[in-house]
Amino acid sequence: MSDHDYRPKSKVGQWFNDRLPLLTLANHLTDYPTPKNLNYWWTFGGILTFCLITQIVTGLTLAMHYIAHADMAFESVEHIMRDVNYGWLIRYIHANGASMFFLAVYIHIFRSLFYGSYKSPREIIWILGIIIYLLMMAAAFMGYVLPWGQMSFWGATVITNLFSAIPLVGEGIVTWLWGGYSVDNPTLTRFFTLHYLIPFLILGLVVLHIWALHVPGNNNPVGIDIKKPSKDTVPFHPYIVIKDGFALLMFMIVFAFFVFYAPNILGHADNYIEANPMVTPAHIVPEWYLLPFYAILRSVPDKLLGVVAMLSAILILAVLPWLDTSKIRSAVFRPLYKQFYWILVADVLILGYVGAMPAEGLYLLIARVATAYYFLHFLVILPVLGFKEKTLPVPLSITEPVLGGSPNLAAARNKESKIE
Amino acid sequence: MSEKKTKRRDFLFTATTAVGAVGAAAVVWPMIDQMNPDASVKALASTEVDVSALTPGNTLTVLWRGKPVFIRRRTQEEIDEARSVKMEDLIHPEKDEDRAKNPEWLVMLGVCTHLGCVPLNDKGDYNGWFCPCHGSHYDTSGRIRKGPAPWNMEVPKYEFVDANTIKIG
Repeated sequence: MSDHDYRPKSKVGQWFNDRLPLLTLANHLTDYPTPKNLNYWWTFGGILTFCLITQIVTGLTLAMHYIAHADMAFESVEHIMRDVNYGWLIRYIHANGASMFFLAVYIHIFRSLFYGSYKSPREIIWILGIIIYLLMMAAAFMGYVLPWGQMSFWGATVITNLFSAIPLVGEGIVTWLWGGYSVDNPTLTRFFTLHYLIPFLILGLVVLHIWALHVPGNNNPVGIDIKKPSKDTVPFHPYIVIKDGFALLMFMIVFAFFVFYAPNILGHADNYIEANPMVTPAHIVPEWYLLPFYAILRSVPDKLLGVVAMLSAILILAVLPWLDTSKIRSAVFRPLYKQFYWILVADVLILGYVGAMPAEGLYLLIARVATAYYFLHFLVILPVLGFKEKTLPVPLSITEPVLGGSPNLAAARNKESKIE
Repeated sequence: MSEKKTKRRDFLFTATTAVGAVGAAAVVWPMIDQMNPDASVKALASTEVDVSALTPGNTLTVLWRGKPVFIRRRTQEEIDEARSVKMEDLIHPEKDEDRAKNPEWLVMLGVCTHLGCVPLNDKGDYNGWFCPCHGSHYDTSGRIRKGPAPWNMEVPKYEFVDANTIKIG
């Protein structure tokens, strides 16, 4: 790579860079060759970095006013909302920021699914991403417990009780997680500690995620390997920086809408009632971003198998690079996969919807069918499709079909125009 | 490298690793065990409840170890219903006679064995309890009859200290 040839212009820069090559790193990041056909679906990596930083900064500020104690947590959150200068703003940014974070991560994940970004040689990037996603869910769940409202308390009870499904040691593990015989003060203090820790673990994994990305470079909408640097690439700065910046601004409009105009619309009114271990709310629902998995949990009538199904639904993503047997990355050139992709999107949305509904009657039936289809997609359709599907001809480069040099010009152009 | 020397090194490596592993485990265990219930939590092991005001057909809910305990003074109908159930109809077969030594009094943890919610009184298809979280139905003996919960609601250790006082734990 060209990075290694880099030499700072100034004497001081050279002296510093010889001892700690930070300037070489900065040069690598600005010059980093990026496919020039990246569309706006590729801007969510930058948006996610913004979300993480926002959560860390607002989280640190909230931690200065929050009290992690079962008797005081609820009041301290109200104190933040009413007394602390701009406390309401910081808390609403943090609470809605979690939802925005998940919104962005779901788009980011589904972009990878569409364009086959998880395939060789990018499996490690993908697996790191799944680990980040798991940590995000853990952090979000524990963060939701901290206000010590009714949903906090009962959400914590239900989720920690999932571990009681483990044969023999389950009950012992749950008691250990709680630090008592029910969710109580010891549970709250450890959740606060872990909620504080996890974002920094995520930050470390994000560095690895980006590092692993910079080895093969970005995938792109055409999904072919490209030469770097070449006519097919542009330097990250200023091209991608500007594009990411613009997308981030658009995203922040949506973010600000929720913070200023509908700050509680994604939450539950029950969480403004202080935790009461004697009364369970009539209808316990997790936050929207966990609903599809909640629907899978409830669709299985057996306790242990329900938990196994829910965890498998997430972990199955980690082995996706080996379940998808097709060598073609982008769905643009996979006419059948493209259809199954949209069915999967619909399936996950349906799971999310029924996850918010009571688990009975027609809702339960729909949840069961959608759960079965979810696993069918990954375990049967994807492996088989790689062998059966007749894919469209792939262009030789990003530039060639546009400039007219490719033998696959017509096909590529035809398909390119279709995705717009 | 001579054969003899290699073996001596192997022994040292194995011995060092073994001692290191024991040492690491000795340090890790306190870090893990500190999360288990502490002495102050364990100290709240029992609680005494005055049940003199409870009339038949009513339930008293008290907190024991942070969990609700249902104390139900059952009517004769409820007792008859609970005792007439055939064992083969039960998901988790337990005789009502074993769950309620004194048939009029049913004492159990008010915690659904599915995922720990508090079931609602006098609800559900079996006139006992119904869990609103994931739809488990319990009968008048607190036994699971329908839904995802795997077991009957747990009967804790308890005793009548005198005619009007129950000691739980």
